Amino acid sequence: MDFFHVIVVLLESTIRVSVPLIFAALAGLFTERAGIFDIGLEGKMLGAAFAAGAVAAITQSVWLGLLAGVLISVCLSLVHGYASITQRGNQIVSGVAINFIVAGSTVILGEAWFRQGGRTPALAEGARFQTITFPFADTIREIPFIGPIYADLLSGHFILTYLAFAMVPISWWILYRTRFGLRLRAVGENPGAVDTAGISVIWMRYRAVICCGILCGFAGAYLSLAMTAGFVKGMTAGKGYIALAALIFAKWRPFNIMLACLLFGFLDAFAIRLQGNPLPLIGQVPVQLMQALPYILTVILLAGFIGKAIPPKAGGVPYVKER
Amino acid sequence: MDSIAIELRGIDKSFGPVHANKNINLKVRKGTIHGVIGENGAGKSTLMSILYGFYQADSGEIHVDGKQVTIRDPNAAIAAGIGMVHQHFMLVENFTVLENIMLGAEESQILNKGIAKAREELKRLEREYALEVNPDAIIEELPVGLQQRVEILKALYRRADILILDEPTGVLTPAEADHLFRVLEQLKSQGKTIILITHKLREIMAITDEVSVMRRGEMVATRKTAETSVEELAELMVGRRVLLRVEKGAANPGDVKLSVKGLTVKDGRGVTMVDNVSFDLRAGEIVGIAGVAGNGQSELLEAISGIRRAVSGDVQLNGQPVNVTGHVDPKDLRDRGLAHVPEDRHHVGLVLKFEECENAILGYHHDKRYLNGVFLNVDAIRKDAEQRIAEYDIRPPNARLKTANFSGGNQQKIVLAREMERGPDVLIIGQPTRGVDVGAIEFIHKRIIEMRDQGKAVLLVSVELDEIRALSDRILVMFAGRVVGERDPDATEGELGLLMAGVEGRKEAAE
Ligand SMILES: Nc1ncnc2c1ncn2[C@@H]1O[C@H](COP(=O)(O)OP(=O)(O)O)[C@@H](O)[C@H]1O
Ligand SMILES: [Mg+2]
Repeated sequence: MDFFHVIVVLLESTIRVSVPLIFAALAGLFTERAGIFDIGLEGKMLGAAFAAGAVAAITQSVWLGLLAGVLISVCLSLVHGYASITQRGNQIVSGVAINFIVAGSTVILGEAWFRQGGRTPALAEGARFQTITFPFADTIREIPFIGPIYADLLSGHFILTYLAFAMVPISWWILYRTRFGLRLRAVGENPGAVDTAGISVIWMRYRAVICCGILCGFAGAYLSLAMTAGFVKGMTAGKGYIALAALIFAKWRPFNIMLACLLFGFLDAFAIRLQGNPLPLIGQVPVQLMQALPYILTVILLAGFIGKAIPPKAGGVPYVKER
Repeated sequence: MDSIAIELRGIDKSFGPVHANKNINLKVRKGTIHGVIGENGAGKSTLMSILYGFYQADSGEIHVDGKQVTIRDPNAAIAAGIGMVHQHFMLVENFTVLENIMLGAEESQILNKGIAKAREELKRLEREYALEVNPDAIIEELPVGLQQRVEILKALYRRADILILDEPTGVLTPAEADHLFRVLEQLKSQGKTIILITHKLREIMAITDEVSVMRRGEMVATRKTAETSVEELAELMVGRRVLLRVEKGAANPGDVKLSVKGLTVKDGRGVTMVDNVSFDLRAGEIVGIAGVAGNGQSELLEAISGIRRAVSGDVQLNGQPVNVTGHVDPKDLRDRGLAHVPEDRHHVGLVLKFEECENAILGYHHDKRYLNGVFLNVDAIRKDAEQRIAEYDIRPPNARLKTANFSGGNQQKIVLAREMERGPDVLIIGQPTRGVDVGAIEFIHKRIIEMRDQGKAVLLVSVELDEIRALSDRILVMFAGRVVGERDPDATEGELGLLMAGVEGRKEAAE
């Protein structure tokens, strides 16, 4: 295998593992920009992956599976919203609670319903997403350089992959070019300003939380309906936390989020590739180190290289008018 | 003109146990400037926020232009033609001026369409009222005076006919306040109705047509401004006669107690906040530092009291050097006779969740008389606190009460009592009467002068020019981190105002 080919394969798997990160980080972007911190991305993603896998297995329909994933994720979001917006609870506690509840209940329900050790049944072709091959991919592949880029990097992904990348500019446009986005960002900075401008703070925040739920639903469905053919217990494996790190790393900006997720995805792909293959000069690198790298990178880079990441000012604080 | 723009009937509002508004009636005539005065905590902001729909009254009626309206949220108030500039600005700090003005009045789902229109309308308003501001500037980069301008423009953009301004001049230089008053006069001449809330009596006398006075949640009187006096209003506000200006004899300055030379302080971002400041403070005098908030006074205080590290400079306390550019132990400074009443008593001066008696010894808890070996001597602490409560008339007189439950004035007395009673040689006081009611102001001012007469050196920082002029024996004016002039306390307000705005100072510094 020549070097160029290795790079293409590496980039291709980078894209594959980045997709759920991008969905989840954009999901976090919507709530956190509205002032609701969400450590429960992980749990929502896992819940969505389970619901999508289970429903797709039962109905044999990938679209119903996707719908179920999104619905469950939105419901979990609303629980978090109710706790932190209406009940003014602690947002971290609520998020962590959701993560625990989902991690436990997906295993219990999965075992009770399917009896396959917490898995959902492997999905047949019609019940999972298929890759999309661009026209002439096979003919063009032969052209040196451009060929593999077209055929392997651009073509041959799931529809959710293209959606994830499309969501980056779309999220930007929504946040910075629409009335909804202006109000959403305002409510995360100074809810008092939104309130006195005659806009309901509570309703704005609920809408943001719902946006988060939908995107997390896509992230989860991608895991169980596209990346693998079915749900496996604990399959998010910390992706929600990595997405959170990417969000902070990207300073809560859509295009930075894409880059951060691609970087973290690349590290992940690299780690997988490296398994069992010692690096020249360095030798065998422990997998655990590679897995910890995104977090280490976030801390180091935030500490000194890319300046302060300033979170939305009203983030994490319930809006209380009357003490 | 005699029609009534706003009428409030029987407005009542409680926040939990606090009865903020008690059965309030108020009539505001159309096309007038109506003042509302009252001490801190009298319920002015609450009443106006109810009119603006920000809070909901527990009972009562609101009538606008003779018709009863239900104002359930700010939207309803805006629809009824009411605009409000809040005491604490309601701006999104990292948005542009234009975005702040559009927020809630965007006109369409997609911003682009509304932006051009908003820009145009903003230009018209700017021209008409001489309220220039760059629509693309980011709010947090604007000085407070301009931020307030944005708030006013926000209300005018929503076509408010009735404009409420809650303590608008607290953040302004005298010149900026004058400009604001000219704008208000102009709005009035166009038939708009203005409700002006303030606790500064002179402003009320200068600009209002009528004035209503609130005290402890009640509306106690409404007067025609032409038929009342500052003395009467002060008495109505406090409920008893007050001395607006404390008596004080001539100063009798002695040795230099605190000497500051070439002190320079930078903030976290590396911006120079205090720029080469030098002065001497002598025993038996009060030196006042005047200036608009944010011109380096806070940083100066923090550097001298050892809370913030200076970049360079030389400070001597009682003739002994203080290592202001290195690590300073505030306890060490205290032992050497320096006491500090911080500007922000809530964050620096007190632990609000502690009992009064615990706060009364904060920082002095190493004192032998409060200790029993390694344990605190609780009895001695309480006894001491009770004595202090009596001397300083702290109310309620309960040393076991949580500090958060004292009013601002009484909290300030707790801090003052703690710092003054130790008999320091040098007393540094920041904003001694911020958020403190008129009655307590009189008491605090008297205490400060007593300290001076006992031969203590007092450094006073305040953004209230009246306070500086009333107490100081010498006035230093700070602008942009530098001391731009020194004046006698009988310098006119105009003269000091120009210095505070940085107009006069530049010339003087150049000479
Ligand atoms: N949002 C609130 N929640 C609880 N108590 C409040 C709130 N706002 C004001 N208060 C209380 O109501 C009283 C009146 O306050 P306020 O209207 O702000 O007075 P003023 O504006 O005259 O200084 C005070 O005792 C204050 O502590
Ligand atoms: Mg107020």
